[in-house]
Amino acid sequence: MSSALNTSTSVGLSVSQLVINYGNVTAVDHVSFTAQPGRVTVILGPNGAGKTSTIEACEGFLAPTAGSVQVLGLNPYLQRKQLNRQMGIMLQEGGIYPSARVGELVRQYCALYGNGVDADALISRVGLQSVASTTYRRLSGGEKQRLSLALALAARPQVVFLDEPTSGIDVNGRDLVRLLIRELRDGGCCVIVATHELDEAERIADDVLIFHRGNIVASGTLDELRSGREEIRFRSNSHVDVHSLSTTLGLPVEQTRLHEFTVAGTSDARVIVQLTDWAKANNVDIGDIGAGSQRLDDVFRRLTAESQS
Amino acid sequence: MKLLRVQLACELRVLARNGEQLLLILGIPVLLLAFFSNVDILPTAGQSSVNFLLPGIVALAVMSTAMVSLGIATGFERSYLVLKRLGATPLGVPRLVLAKALSVLVVELVQVTLLVALAVSFGADLSAFNIAKLIAAIALGTLAFSGIGLSLAGRLRGEINLAAQNALYLVLLLIGGIVFPLDEFPTWLHWVGRISPSGALADVMRDVFSGTSIHGASSLVVLLCWAIAAQLCAFKLFRWN
Repeated sequence: MSSALNTSTSVGLSVSQLVINYGNVTAVDHVSFTAQPGRVTVILGPNGAGKTSTIEACEGFLAPTAGSVQVLGLNPYLQRKQLNRQMGIMLQEGGIYPSARVGELVRQYCALYGNGVDADALISRVGLQSVASTTYRRLSGGEKQRLSLALALAARPQVVFLDEPTSGIDVNGRDLVRLLIRELRDGGCCVIVATHELDEAERIADDVLIFHRGNIVASGTLDELRSGREEIRFRSNSHVDVHSLSTTLGLPVEQTRLHEFTVAGTSDARVIVQLTDWAKANNVDIGDIGAGSQRLDDVFRRLTAESQS
Repeated sequence: MKLLRVQLACELRVLARNGEQLLLILGIPVLLLAFFSNVDILPTAGQSSVNFLLPGIVALAVMSTAMVSLGIATGFERSYLVLKRLGATPLGVPRLVLAKALSVLVVELVQVTLLVALAVSFGADLSAFNIAKLIAAIALGTLAFSGIGLSLAGRLRGEINLAAQNALYLVLLLIGGIVFPLDEFPTWLHWVGRISPSGALADVMRDVFSGTSIHGASSLVVLLCWAIAAQLCAFKLFRWN
């Protein structure tokens, strides 16, 4: 272990006023945030929001145009050598030679990191023991993702960057990846995940950063992002006169998706009664009524819409 | 040292698993040597076919490994982000480059041993063979051709790099006096061949195996210039990702 490594820092990752330009295009615009050990920080945003550029600057692949990045107290671009042994990386795609076999690769990476991770145990842990002698090109999309995750885990990392870790994985594979992420977090690792999948963020995040057009438009814990944003949700296959319902309830009503509607600003049971009465009176079938905090995708939609306007 | 050993083993494994590369680095040189040594159709200026061919074929083997094989593999590794991913491990760039260089030298050792053994079985006269000169010639040739291969691999996309390396291999094979003596070429092409890296290496190899080269020290100077220029070019042009 490198003596230069500042393992005593309570901040796993610290980003301050980060700017990344590609020519005249600004991909990341004065972004600042921190990520703590023992927590999963999810960087959420649509494609092109600046997530991968931010992650690559944190991994040391990109030199910031301006601002600073510190990983475990070190500059990842200039002090990469000291960091590489403690930092796990999962690229968004690729990074593996197609003719390499699963077992050989995991053994190679465990040996390169030299942190005492048992390769065979790691292969089993990510559920790839049945394809250990299969070449990368013959793996399914989910198996490729799990192999890429295994290579990140081979570092026995103190900080790990996972770029779209559940992309292209089936339901069982996703459960496994989530479990591994939780295990990393519970072991004190600072886990940073970039994803555009809101549902995934909702399942794994302790802290969320919402990126939009190179800026952070919101940040906080899931509860903080959703707090004060109560709503009643319902489904209807009938025609719903949103204006009439809104007038009756005295609250804004919005169609969020096909057959899905929300009454914003409340989760009060009396409003639910008013809603069902209105539906009965107007011969509208409604179902799947739910009340509570706004879902992350609704928060995300609202924030990115606000940022655009 | 352990990391270097791990990466060298990986480089050799990937190479051994690649059928096209094996055909290029072993199949073609062996086939050319075996065919033209036994079918006497080449103008060989009074030498036996095998004695004329061996130096050029060894030069071809060095070119195929150091330029084409290394260049194509590295180009695809760049496209597949393998280099980027390895760059985030404790391996480090110097060890990665050294592992690649050692893998090239291991393959060249196998190639030369096989080709010389085959040539001897076809009756080659190796009485003037000089191993010290061979090591120097292989070192210079490897520097020259790996520089050219990595310059292409560092800038071109995987498939385009593949096509460019193979096309250049064919051109350098034809103009380098490897199979046909340069004296048989038109004057302008003769000069192009003389200053080409393949022509220079083939001529230096003639000195290695028979003690006399056609163009003397000038071929060594040309090869040295290629070695320096190609490495500088690779250093300038190569991109890891």
